[in-house]
Amino acid sequence: MKTHVIIFPGSNCDRDVAVAIQNIIGSSPEMVWHKDSAINQSDLIVVPGGFSYGDYLRCGAMASTSPIMKSVIENANKGVPVMGICNGFQILIESGLLQGALIRNSSLSFICRDIIIKPTNTKTIFTNKSTISKMPIAHNEGNYFANSNQIKEIEDNDQIAFQYCDENGDINAHSNPNGSINNIAGVFNKSKNVLGMMPHPERAAESIHGCDDGRNIFESLLS
Amino acid sequence: MTSSNWHFDTEKSLVESHGLKLDEFEKIVEGLGREPNLTELGIFSAMWNEHCSYKSSKYWLKKLPISGERVIQGPGENAGVIDIDDGDVAVFKMESHNHPSFLEPYQGAATGVGGILRDVFTMGARPVANMNALRFGDPNHPKTKHLVSGVVGGIGGYGNCIGIPTVGGEVNFHPSYNGNILVNAMTVGIAKKDKIFYSAAAGIGNSVVYVGSKTGRDGIHGATMASAEFADDSEEKKPTVQVGDPFTEKLLLEACLELMKEDAIIAIQDMGAAGLTSSSIEMASKGNVGIDINLSKVPMRAANMTAYELMLSESQERMLMVIQPKKEELARCIFKKWDLEFEVIGEVTDTKKLILHMDGEEQASIPINILVEDAPEYQRDYIINDPSPLISFESKDFEDKDILSDLLKMISHPNLCSRKWIWEQYDHMVMADTVVRPGSDAAVVRVHGTNKGIAISTDCSPTYCRHNPYEGGKHAVVETWRNIVASGAEPIAITDCMNFGNPEKPEIMGQFVECIRGMGDACSKLNYPVISGNVSLYNETNGEGIYPTPAIGGVGLIRDLSNTMTIDLKNEGNVLCLIGESNNHLGNSHYLSIIQNREDGGTPSINLDDELKNGKFILDCVAKKLLKSVHDVGEGGVLIAIAEMCVSGEKGIKIDITKDFLHGYFYGEDQARYLVEVSQNKLEQLEVDAGKSAVKIERIGEIGGTSISINSIGEVELSSLIDHHTKWFNEF
Repeated sequence: MKTHVIIFPGSNCDRDVAVAIQNIIGSSPEMVWHKDSAINQSDLIVVPGGFSYGDYLRCGAMASTSPIMKSVIENANKGVPVMGICNGFQILIESGLLQGALIRNSSLSFICRDIIIKPTNTKTIFTNKSTISKMPIAHNEGNYFANSNQIKEIEDNDQIAFQYCDENGDINAHSNPNGSINNIAGVFNKSKNVLGMMPHPERAAESIHGCDDGRNIFESLLS
Repeated sequence: MTSSNWHFDTEKSLVESHGLKLDEFEKIVEGLGREPNLTELGIFSAMWNEHCSYKSSKYWLKKLPISGERVIQGPGENAGVIDIDDGDVAVFKMESHNHPSFLEPYQGAATGVGGILRDVFTMGARPVANMNALRFGDPNHPKTKHLVSGVVGGIGGYGNCIGIPTVGGEVNFHPSYNGNILVNAMTVGIAKKDKIFYSAAAGIGNSVVYVGSKTGRDGIHGATMASAEFADDSEEKKPTVQVGDPFTEKLLLEACLELMKEDAIIAIQDMGAAGLTSSSIEMASKGNVGIDINLSKVPMRAANMTAYELMLSESQERMLMVIQPKKEELARCIFKKWDLEFEVIGEVTDTKKLILHMDGEEQASIPINILVEDAPEYQRDYIINDPSPLISFESKDFEDKDILSDLLKMISHPNLCSRKWIWEQYDHMVMADTVVRPGSDAAVVRVHGTNKGIAISTDCSPTYCRHNPYEGGKHAVVETWRNIVASGAEPIAITDCMNFGNPEKPEIMGQFVECIRGMGDACSKLNYPVISGNVSLYNETNGEGIYPTPAIGGVGLIRDLSNTMTIDLKNEGNVLCLIGESNNHLGNSHYLSIIQNREDGGTPSINLDDELKNGKFILDCVAKKLLKSVHDVGEGGVLIAIAEMCVSGEKGIKIDITKDFLHGYFYGEDQARYLVEVSQNKLEQLEVDAGKSAVKIERIGEIGGTSISINSIGEVELSSLIDHHTKWFNEF
């Protein structure tokens, strides 16, 4: 499987996701600098977490205009799997590949801790092995928002990927860490080949992490 | 020199406003053979202030043990370096940013983190963990809330953005910090033993290169400000605080590490306190050479900056390097790729002078040795006061039935409650190598790509130091050592951050001298040398000094991560045992301070032989896989430590012990003790081994249930304990 990880100035989870891909998918990804202009032939493009451009202006806004994003969008439109994690999710939204917005956490503070998510649609290339999973979040702007028309549209089209829930899989206010509408933790594009999610599966990918539930997303891509 | 016989052209007030004493000025004139111009005066002021020159502390710091078989670089470089086997080294240092953080907590703390990160990656190490040690005033003081949220926000804001996990630290509150908080930041990095970079300039004619951010007018005289006391007008010093840009630092980090893979850098020094002045002088002094700088070439953020301003600016995210002539273009390309400034601003010379030009005119010419070797050094007067007297407490003055209600009060107190509210604002998992997260005795991070780990702990008990600086100094060192042992690691070395009041007061200097003596004794006994550090004096407001606070950051090595220990109780049916002697020492305990609102009774004394014996015993047991969890018995005593293990593992315990003096047993703060969890089938072996090692062991009780119950006293539900433990910060 040929994989690519994009590096923007300020990305800081690029190495973490590369290690997870190497460990789970079995081959190391090609690391692509944001000023490069083309990705030819990919089976998976990951836009990693971090603080691209320091989160200045608006999270993901500046990175979404980097030269490489044109190629990411082209690949996505061709059906290549594209996955944005945390800041990568913000970048995919800013680039128009995914709907909605990620606004400041309702607590107005950065939150780093384990949360639990439940796959809402398990019939996609990313989630066919997903069950209720524990993994960390680490963000300041992870509060997913979309207006009621957009929510209806993404619900009707099964575009919700993950929702925050409790240990029993119940989706409730108590298990929502950041105020996301309908507890949304991740969404797909219409054709389900683009996934954006706030939780970090690459930080729950081996035993020393205390939990390896994040592996199932990468394993799903293998099958 | 007195003010009456002032005979120089330079205004006396100008000298004083630069924080220089009149006799220090005379020394400058003597060295130069003339009076300095304004730029030169600024340079002397920056180099000779307490923060940069260590003039009051140097004599005493030399008494600390600084060598050991694993020490590769001791104090004197940007950071210390220790050997962690297999060609790997750990690079670390702790530094204070107290004064700026009190003036502007967010930026003060953020730039504190930025500065210590640069110290570490300057040495060629990739930073892998940030830690901190924070002291705030009374929680009810009107400024405290603002300062706590600003400092926590600043530490998180910088560390999260640059993508280095903040894996732990310590926080406490005491009124002695009402007018002068302490923000001490520590960074640990990992490098290869054969790829360590130093600051000594070399190669006459080689280029001196400026990289990173542009220079602005921010932070001018920051280090001088940090070398004076505060008064009510301290707010007016806010413009001396620098503003951090963690995004640029991330670029600088990646660019420097990329360049360090090439054989290009001869010398490198970060521009920290006193900016271009201290970095250029440091490089020249270490290399025993001179440096010429053309200040017109310095990338500037503001228009019409003067030589004086350029030399004294503390703009962040900048570095100075000497580069191999043939690699200059390669280096320029790397910095360009990362959108950073790269400018040749000068060259290495054989004059042994710092010579500055701007717009074709000479602005300064100072022999390096006058600035460095001839810097003032004082053996200040000191008085050692008697330690606060020990009080022997008796059981008749305490009601056994209050034990559990006292527990709830103590565990909900700001000094003992959960710090989760703080660490959840720090990304403590980025880099995906965090093995033990905040909230245990020591944080543990994996050395990337290996199965070994680094354990890190920061600690100090200022109340102990105030009432007995010698034992308090010992305690700060020993507490980190014990925390590292409790995480299953072999303690290796420490960094120190010496926060004290005005050294010109003999009683403050006495505290400093005694803390150093205590630290030195502990370091020697435990083979746990000091490899880097920082001194912050003049932590006073309106003449009121802080408590002596020698904050220690300790680092240890876990060779096999499967031996990592944490504090959370693991399995029902296992037995909890106490290792070490208990002598009901309630003096200066959290119990007295929280429940009885008194601060007396004396600091517990530390028997270093017992520390060594008990610590070695714990590590032997870890190696034999006898233990399931380990927790050092520290602040608050045995019952607080038990409660922390229960809360962390979400398991109850049935405590079954009989003692004459329950309060003394449960809340006394005797030293050299650990709680260990052991399975029933290993219990006998543990007790036999303890006997062979002459280590005291006592069974505390069996793990299980949903409460902490104490025979004959009663019980408290785990859920109530958790609520009490977490509520204070959540409601803060």
